[in-house]
Amino acid sequence: MHKGYAIELANVVKRFGEVAAVDHVTLQIHDGEFFSLLGPSGCGKTTTLRMIAGFEYPSGGELMIHGRPMATVPPHHRPVNTVFQSYALFPHMTVAQNVAFGLKMKRVPKAELGARVQAALDMVRLAGFAERYPRQMSGGQQQRVALARALVNQPEVLLLDEPLGALDQKLRKEMQLELKSLQHRVGITFIFVTHDQEEALTMSDRIAVMNQGKVLQVGTPTEIYERPTCKFVADFIGETNFIEGKVVEQGDEYATIQTPDGLQLRGYTPLPVNVGEAATLSLRPEKARLILPIHARPDDAFTMPVHVEMITYIGSDTRITVRLNEGRTLDVWEQNTLSTLDRNAYWQPGEAAVLVCPPANALVLTE
Amino acid sequence: MALSSFEREQQRHEQRRLMALLAPGMFWLLVFFLVPLLVILVYSFLTNGPRGNLLWQPTLQNYVDLFTQASYVNAYVRSLWISGLTTLFALLLGYPLALFIVKQPPRVRLVLLILVLIPFWTNFLVRIYAWQIILANNGLINATLAALGLPTLFLLNTEGATLLGLVYGEVPFMVLPIYAALDRFDFTLMEAGADLGASKWRAFWHIMLPMTMPGVAAGAVLVFIPTIGQFVVSELLGGAKVDYIGNLIQRLFLRSNPPNWPLGSAMSTVMMIVLLGFILLYFRSTTEEDR
Ligand SMILES: Nc1ncnc2c1ncn2[C@@H]1O[C@H](COP(=O)(O)OP(=O)(O)O)[C@@H](O)[C@H]1O
Ligand SMILES: [Mg+2]
Repeated sequence: MHKGYAIELANVVKRFGEVAAVDHVTLQIHDGEFFSLLGPSGCGKTTTLRMIAGFEYPSGGELMIHGRPMATVPPHHRPVNTVFQSYALFPHMTVAQNVAFGLKMKRVPKAELGARVQAALDMVRLAGFAERYPRQMSGGQQQRVALARALVNQPEVLLLDEPLGALDQKLRKEMQLELKSLQHRVGITFIFVTHDQEEALTMSDRIAVMNQGKVLQVGTPTEIYERPTCKFVADFIGETNFIEGKVVEQGDEYATIQTPDGLQLRGYTPLPVNVGEAATLSLRPEKARLILPIHARPDDAFTMPVHVEMITYIGSDTRITVRLNEGRTLDVWEQNTLSTLDRNAYWQPGEAAVLVCPPANALVLTE
Repeated sequence: MALSSFEREQQRHEQRRLMALLAPGMFWLLVFFLVPLLVILVYSFLTNGPRGNLLWQPTLQNYVDLFTQASYVNAYVRSLWISGLTTLFALLLGYPLALFIVKQPPRVRLVLLILVLIPFWTNFLVRIYAWQIILANNGLINATLAALGLPTLFLLNTEGATLLGLVYGEVPFMVLPIYAALDRFDFTLMEAGADLGASKWRAFWHIMLPMTMPGVAAGAVLVFIPTIGQFVVSELLGGAKVDYIGNLIQRLFLRSNPPNWPLGSAMSTVMMIVLLGFILLYFRSTTEEDR
């Protein structure tokens, strides 16, 4: 097999006029990895993917596929295939002809071609649909045809641009698992573009979070969720509460910030911080807990006196909005258990409480 | 599926409304299109009198002449040939032009489309006279060549000039339907083709061309049909050296002494039947695509 990275981007820039759609992106994607590009709409995910496919050429930087520079290689000579967001199936060809197209272009002999097309259709469970036209198929089926059409060429890397975007919620969840297991079976590197953080977390080996053309963080789903290195990532992935303050104490991996009204809060620092710096504490709602003031112990590293404001039952969780003394509100989610379902014994609006969180579960971020 | 009586009643109502709406147009077609056609058909079976007057004696002689006299048969062959060439060249020029226009930003597109249509603001005859001025022995081209000290060319009154004039006049009719087809074409499909290993040319051949075939077919019909019956261009630019059907028909009706309306009508009828064949072929191909 190839050594090194399947895909390597070094300081890649793509400008459209004045706008840098992709701004000095550096990425290394391993062989056989399920790698996601995650970010809000317009952040440059598609442009990045299109540069790998060869539909756009970088304005600067270098792009390599298995160590080969791609600067002058046109798309039809690249060892990658794409599953387009709109599927881009050829409407005038049957499903079998669509899937055979790439092999035909490579002049694969007839007998081998037929067998490979059949195998590809079997793989996406469309064996009986070979003679249909794309318009005679549902969105989910078309999506699988697009997948078969790309994978039949045995590309070194498969590029997928929001391939599940047009499917309904249930089908989407099914396809997420199916894609993931398919990737395991074929062992091909997948680069998967999505703006859906849950999708990225579910499917990926690693995720690159992008915003405004820049890659902000690359890491495993756990790293991205548990240890975001900046406010944007903490906010974009999952839900979080932000509390602004200033660093007053800084240790090895932990730091303490002080809020304007004197509250001291301690959290983990994914990146080093300096005393005196402005910083933000990021606190996931499911990682905070509410306790009665009488249960609060003075040696708790992290306590905030609050008042319960609103209680919302959403099935799996109960979402509690609490108000800090300074006026701001925070969200706390509690998993529902039998005790939380007894509403008479539960928190009541207006009740005083104390919000606690172990410092390992809060993050002090400066960017 | 069985229809309820209410649905059937509603269908009948719809049909009556449709008829009412169509009636004026139908009437117009009947009077101004079908009646002259019938007149021609009837004439084609009559006998021509000694002074070009119509004799009400039914005959098949006109058709026999048509299919046996070499000059008539040749005119048909030549007309089909030059119309085919015109269609081919109009396609070879029109497709790239339509593609170029579609690729422009919207504002530029509009300007270019208007430019394609601008020649229609001037009478066709006038534009053909302009080509005479360009091609003449002492015309624009030859004057330029002479000024450069190059040998002059014999351009006007050749079959080449006829073809040039025809292609020139017909290109817009090719560009517009192809433009419409390309406008609807999803260019992502070309990227999909490239992604799957097709060079630009092969992607064009296997994807873009088949998908815009309805536009090409419509353009071909729009160019081929009027060209079959044309007589102005071959007369003004070709110098009437070669007879096409249009020239023969025009001569039989208006110029020859005595005129021969029955034979001219028979020629027109055969021409229409040939064209009808092409149109049916065209419809067959388009309905197959909608399958
Ligand atoms: N062909 C183009 N011409 C001009 N601007 C473009 C072009 N393609 C993308 N952009 C711009 O680049 C930015 C990134 O776009 P894109 O990569 O499509 O984002 P994403 O896929 O993350 O939604 C956007 O601001 C978009 O408007
Ligand atoms: Mg996109």
